[in-house]
Amino acid sequence: MSTEARKPPPQIALKIRRVLGGKTGWNGIAVQFAFAAILGWIAYEIVSNARANLENQHIAAGFGFLGNNAGFDVNQTLIPYTGSDTFLRVFLVGLLNTLVVSVVGIFFATVIGFIVALCRLSPNWLLARVGEIYVEIIRNLPLLFQILFWYLAVLAALPNPRQSISLLGIAFVSNRGLVIPRPIGESGFEAFLAVLAFGMVASLALRIYARRALFQRGQMIRIWPYVLGLLFGLPLITMLVSGLPFTFELPQLKGFNFAGGSRIIPEFVALTLALSTYTAAFIAEIVRAGILSVHSGQMEAGASLGLSRGTTLRLIVVPQAMRVIVPPLTNQYLNLTKNSSLAVAIGYPDLVSVFAGTSLSQTGQAIEIIAMTMGVYLLISLITSAVMSVYGWRVSRSLGA
Amino acid sequence: MSDIASSSFVRQDLLNERPAPVKTTGFIGLVRTRLFNSPTNILLTIIGALLLWFTIIPSVKFLVVDAVWTGKDRTACLAENAGFVVGACWPYIQAKLPQLIYGFYPEAERWRVNLTLVLAVLLLLPLLIPRLPSKGLNAGLFFFAFPLVAFFLLHGGGIKGFGLSWTADLLQLFDDSIIGAGQALLSLAKTSAAAPLLWVVGNLIVLVGTAISWLIFPLTWLRDQLQGTGQSVWADFAITAAIVSLIAFVLGGGVRTGGRALASSIATFVAIAIVIKLMGLDHGGLPIVQTNLWGGLLVTLVVSVTGIVTSLPIGIALALGRRSTIPLIRIFSIAFIEFWRGVPLITVLFFATYMLPLFLPGNFTVDGLVRALIGISLFTGAYQAENVRGGLAAIPRGQGEAAAALGLSWWKTTSLIVLPQALRHVIPNLVNSFISLFKDTSLVSIVALFDLLGSLRASFSDPKWSSPSTAFTGFAFAGIIYFIFCFGMSRYSLFVEHRLNAHRRN
Repeated sequence: MSTEARKPPPQIALKIRRVLGGKTGWNGIAVQFAFAAILGWIAYEIVSNARANLENQHIAAGFGFLGNNAGFDVNQTLIPYTGSDTFLRVFLVGLLNTLVVSVVGIFFATVIGFIVALCRLSPNWLLARVGEIYVEIIRNLPLLFQILFWYLAVLAALPNPRQSISLLGIAFVSNRGLVIPRPIGESGFEAFLAVLAFGMVASLALRIYARRALFQRGQMIRIWPYVLGLLFGLPLITMLVSGLPFTFELPQLKGFNFAGGSRIIPEFVALTLALSTYTAAFIAEIVRAGILSVHSGQMEAGASLGLSRGTTLRLIVVPQAMRVIVPPLTNQYLNLTKNSSLAVAIGYPDLVSVFAGTSLSQTGQAIEIIAMTMGVYLLISLITSAVMSVYGWRVSRSLGA
Repeated sequence: MSDIASSSFVRQDLLNERPAPVKTTGFIGLVRTRLFNSPTNILLTIIGALLLWFTIIPSVKFLVVDAVWTGKDRTACLAENAGFVVGACWPYIQAKLPQLIYGFYPEAERWRVNLTLVLAVLLLLPLLIPRLPSKGLNAGLFFFAFPLVAFFLLHGGGIKGFGLSWTADLLQLFDDSIIGAGQALLSLAKTSAAAPLLWVVGNLIVLVGTAISWLIFPLTWLRDQLQGTGQSVWADFAITAAIVSLIAFVLGGGVRTGGRALASSIATFVAIAIVIKLMGLDHGGLPIVQTNLWGGLLVTLVVSVTGIVTSLPIGIALALGRRSTIPLIRIFSIAFIEFWRGVPLITVLFFATYMLPLFLPGNFTVDGLVRALIGISLFTGAYQAENVRGGLAAIPRGQGEAAAALGLSWWKTTSLIVLPQALRHVIPNLVNSFISLFKDTSLVSIVALFDLLGSLRASFSDPKWSSPSTAFTGFAFAGIIYFIFCFGMSRYSLFVEHRLNAHRRN
């Protein structure tokens, strides 16, 4: 009497069931149907209510309003803009202003953050405490509070332009903002830019070549003198040959305000200050945690291999710390970009302020405008997270995991 | 032996005392080893001392030494009247304190706010101290009972019906909407190309709606009967209590084990009855205070506590959804979480203020505060979901498998085995989220709600108190309040983390 091997269960049906309904199988499919029905019902309610409400308020749905004239002014524009431009132009102006304040904020936040982190890690007791106090105070106060503090208290308390504080006679701080010299392009400007760009590309190529030589042939190439020469020497020579690329127009006090130079509006100054100091406190903690996460044995191992302290730091400690630092750091950059939307509280013309604020109140196209605004931020954060997952994949590959 | 003795050296006289080792402990040691041990360090110490000198001394001078403590209006805080460069203008805070704490809440009704705050503290403190017992009851009171009581205390007003009427109303609303959708499809069917299909689907939906309306007919009939009698609230209450207790009894296991569920259900309803009676909810309750009169710290606390209470269930549901294997639910949870996490809170508040009213039926107006609360709950819920998911991922698979081997259902496994452990793991992260929520409540001032920061900003424009130091004084005061709350929470989170990691230390 032999027992026949049981026939294997129908795998295809199982797989389909697994894909459609998850672990719970047919129950899962039923749950999904119920869920889809509820979602459909909610969507139906939303659409029908929105349609009825828009009809009552006599608002035409759709993106046609983007071609209409905006009819209001914006006090900081990177691209030419007048009141007779369209709402689409307003959108672009706002978006560019958001990006500018984010980039400037990210730069200063990173610099301050690394300095504060080094302070906190310093063997000097007093400096470590100063860093700690900075982090604790800044992190425990709302960002909006800090923005308003800089804008309403500190900047408002500055003197008027006639008594403005002079920074070495070239820049002036007053309650009307910061006035700095404006660069004016001269004849050699194009050549200078071209050479500078060439220098950057060439030094990047050199670095890639050097790394390849190191990893594939074990050959150490010292590139920094060449890089210095490419980045600074070459532009300097061009300057000598074809004259100064640009001159600075110094601001002059005329009457009650400054003439010449370029003015940075106080809203921008307050927002950048608040965003960069606030994010710096978080960056400082991330950097500190990253450096502390590298085991002290790594430093000792480097020393026992005969590497100098600087080389150990550069080749062993920092790369490992960066692995821990970079993901949360990008997160903070993203946060800063999103937080720049608080500009609306002080009237800096960012995307939310001019588009979701002024344009919305003028046109009443709430659905389209808020969807576009949210879409922009969503796009930025999705791109960032895509880049981060590529980075995470590369890191895990380099670890051999 | 003697050989060794002859070759060994034996010291004949005592050595001199060695100098005492350099002290490395205590204050002197600290100064020596960590402040002045090398030229670089000395330089750094000087830099640090200068930094402190130029920040702390002026702050103390501004807040205490040069401050004006008494006065009736701005004249007291002007340099020419005070005779010195004036620091903080404290009488301004004194005059504006009610506005900063209560907003425009009527003065006669402020005891309600105070009572609510006292209740909150009384419920919250035992919840935060790990050593105290009966956390379940405490959490239930704080997360379910307190918000309701607080609503009726702060907002006022009474109730017209109870569970039965509400259920009937809700079901009827739902049913009307279904029938409406069916009829919309039917009217579409007259013009559309896919008319037969639409007609069938529309009729089907209307049929389902009619069936539901017959199903819920006993409920609606009972509600209408109750509305006719004078004592509708109490009758409704009695019926609801009876039905719910019966269901609890049956679900609890009938005669054998249902006694416990029955007792707790009855106890809950008795407590609810006492609250209703005490607050007079059955005949109008307390005078209504509209939310546009609320302001100051009250709004800050209401928004943050509501955010905390509502975001946690949303977060848990989304986290479970994201880990579910059912495709649609997982995709929906991921999309939902990533959407809210990808946009700034201020756009969420704009969404809630300008877009949400368009999505609701025209005759249905939502209070401005409630709109902001909805936005904040969804936003924070998405963040909490990621925290909770971290905790769920930290629970070993074996826990769930062991529960399954014992024959527990998914619900029981999740609620009794996995979630309690997961939530314990992530308490520090949850508290950190609450800190950022507390800070983010300040954003509601942008959508025309007067929280602490909004009231502060409004008070700056009062000409009676405008002086050069007004803004700085106001910011100092609000800053101290925010700092105390946030710093307290962050210390608590550290404390919990320390406790949770107790087994890792040695």
